[in-house]
Amino acid sequence: MLADKDRIFTNLYGQHDWGLKGALKRGTWDGTVDFMAKGDDWIVNQIKASGLRGRGGAGFPTGLKWSFMPKGTDGRPHYLVVNADESEPGTCKDREIMRHDPHVLIEGCLIASFAMRAHACYIYVRGEFILERERLQAAIDQAYEAGLVGKNACGSGWDFDIYVHHGAGAYICGEETALIESLEGKKGMPRLKPPFPANVGLYGAPSTVNNVESIAVTPTILRRGPAWFSSLGNPNNVGTKLFCISGHVNRPCTVEEEMGVTFRDLIETHCGGVRGGWDNLKCVIPGGSSVPMIPAEQCNDLVMDFDTLRGLGSGLGTAAVIVMDKSTDVIRAIQRLSYFYKHESCGQCTPCREGTGWMWRVMTRMVEGRAEKREIDMLFDVTKQIEGHTICALGDAAAWPIQGLIKHFRHEIEDRIDQYSANPDQAGSMYNVEAAE
Amino acid sequence: MSGRHLAKQQPENFEFNADFAALAQKRIAMYPEGKQASAIVPLLWFAQKQHDNWIPEAALRHIGDMLDMAYIRVLEVVTFYTMFNLAPVGRHFVQFCGTTPCWLNGANKIKDACKSVIGEENTITADGEFSWLEVECLGACVNAPMVQINDDYYEDLDEDSFIQLLADLKAGIQTKIGPQTDRTNSAPLGGNTTLIDNTLYDGSMVGGYKSVLKQIEKAEAEAAKAAAAEAKAEVKAEAKAAAKPKAKKVAEPAAESKPKMLKAARRGKADDLKKISGVGPKIEGILQELGVYHFDQIASWDAAQVAWVDAQLKFKGRIDREDWIAQAKKFVEEGDK
Repeated sequence: MLADKDRIFTNLYGQHDWGLKGALKRGTWDGTVDFMAKGDDWIVNQIKASGLRGRGGAGFPTGLKWSFMPKGTDGRPHYLVVNADESEPGTCKDREIMRHDPHVLIEGCLIASFAMRAHACYIYVRGEFILERERLQAAIDQAYEAGLVGKNACGSGWDFDIYVHHGAGAYICGEETALIESLEGKKGMPRLKPPFPANVGLYGAPSTVNNVESIAVTPTILRRGPAWFSSLGNPNNVGTKLFCISGHVNRPCTVEEEMGVTFRDLIETHCGGVRGGWDNLKCVIPGGSSVPMIPAEQCNDLVMDFDTLRGLGSGLGTAAVIVMDKSTDVIRAIQRLSYFYKHESCGQCTPCREGTGWMWRVMTRMVEGRAEKREIDMLFDVTKQIEGHTICALGDAAAWPIQGLIKHFRHEIEDRIDQYSANPDQAGSMYNVEAAE
Repeated sequence: MSGRHLAKQQPENFEFNADFAALAQKRIAMYPEGKQASAIVPLLWFAQKQHDNWIPEAALRHIGDMLDMAYIRVLEVVTFYTMFNLAPVGRHFVQFCGTTPCWLNGANKIKDACKSVIGEENTITADGEFSWLEVECLGACVNAPMVQINDDYYEDLDEDSFIQLLADLKAGIQTKIGPQTDRTNSAPLGGNTTLIDNTLYDGSMVGGYKSVLKQIEKAEAEAAKAAAAEAKAEVKAEAKAAAKPKAKKVAEPAAESKPKMLKAARRGKADDLKKISGVGPKIEGILQELGVYHFDQIASWDAAQVAWVDAQLKFKGRIDREDWIAQAKKFVEEGDK
């Protein structure tokens, strides 16, 4: 388990001053100019050596992503775009960084922009986070006033401007190319790749889109050294990670822990355990709504990192841990997620636009048991036809929770169907009772 | 997707007042010249703020003119993003989160309270005070269940505290934003389990990077020294090797030569290379990028060319193992028949 001295986000809960004065005292903006003096390649190599993998869900190595930016210049400016469109159900970590430790993020933006030779950075905050973006803007104003950003940022000779942009309620804008479209003033519909944003991104210029947490950890990695960061966690899954634990635990919270912490340690140390005791656990969604669930049997020694969870057919995603106890109507839980994806599909690709609605309608019948057993296979088959057949990963994200449900709780769906067909008149009213309560 | 339409009853005119007009100009200045369209979402948001929390059609035209955008583009944007209210809402607009993490923690009781206190979804109360809408995840899941009322998040609700909250808002009493229990933001209820070490906050963290940086610099200097020594040794070894006859090098299988590649598929139609066992969509993509579109190209490779392609694919030995050449020859023959 992580010791306090190894935590990066030291004002996670807002119990201390979020402003510049407090941030300076906690060690933010310490030595920034010295790192910049070492040059852009040096910074990229440090981040590569640290083994940092992107914290936005996909886990792509951050240093490698930075190195994709073109070396020379063809007259087009470079941009850093920070993805603060945190909307994955279960996820609420970037919010804490923006409202309680905004200077960590701003410093990270300067370092990352410098490393990618970008003079401008846009932070795209989800529309609902109004307090968060106002706080972030206030912190940026402080940084401008103190000369930390702006012309000759930190006295490094590098000119750097940073702007807060915001969306207006569209989950899809968390996809990097949709985010760029939205930032350009269009509907947030994902673009085909290639060309990748590193070649043709914002305003047709080389751009890199990074998650808030990925950017915000970089100054501390430079300060403590890549060796420190890579000593935490397991090989290829290193560093610290913000976990958001919601659902049926006694004390839900957001907490920074070592990568590779076990699920059991995580919830028993920080969240007071599963509601009703460990044996009351039914299943867990370990990485935000888009990843398949893991049943309780696999949770005893479950290690929370990218590779272990992928090996189990799930994923670490954004490390948003949604815990469900035995009282949960798990079919209804997934049906609600299906509604979410139906609502948030941008409508560009047919398999997703039509498929998400179709899956939601079938799932709704399955919640009642008003279905036939062969439809379970048909549903599974349809999820397979959506997965991988769309421009962006929203189609996959809509398919995976249902696949996870069928894989692990097929017997529950079948029982529900049996109960309904045995007594169709009463079945409806039976399942109007909210099982989760 | 959600179908969204403009309200039937619309005011005639809309123009930004002086405050919002100034804010709008400041916004537009944030984006590069000619990219003013980027400001559309913030500007629509300003219009909504100014106009009782909903956007009239006249505002779309006004903003379109300001940003030099076609009206239809503005309409596209305003109907795409769900935070824009296209019809009037209550003075306190309750956005209730019904997504799974909130639902697991009893959001349905909040929904029931919305129905019993305010009424049907999307209906304004007679006094104009309230209306409510079920929305998707608002990103405060560890503080579930929660609602957003106008700009503010109210978290860790239960039925009673929510009903009390609505009553307070109606009476104009100051409300507590954030968790409605004794909880500090997203910290666990009952007190922190982390961030209790006071040395994090007394300034003793400052300056610690210097010794780390020194260590890194030392290691880098050593590595550079070692690399220089190695390069020197290599030069020596090479000179030695050059002096000897090159008998050994010929035996190495690494001889590679690039086969002839095509810029595009002939007649615009590539063969389905996936028919070859061992070629999936990914490898097919790589092959096409290299300029391989047809079976006859593969059939014609010699050993050196196979070695070259193998090196590009980074699947060592796959071409030989699966015998692509023979497979490709077979497909070529079949195609000829």
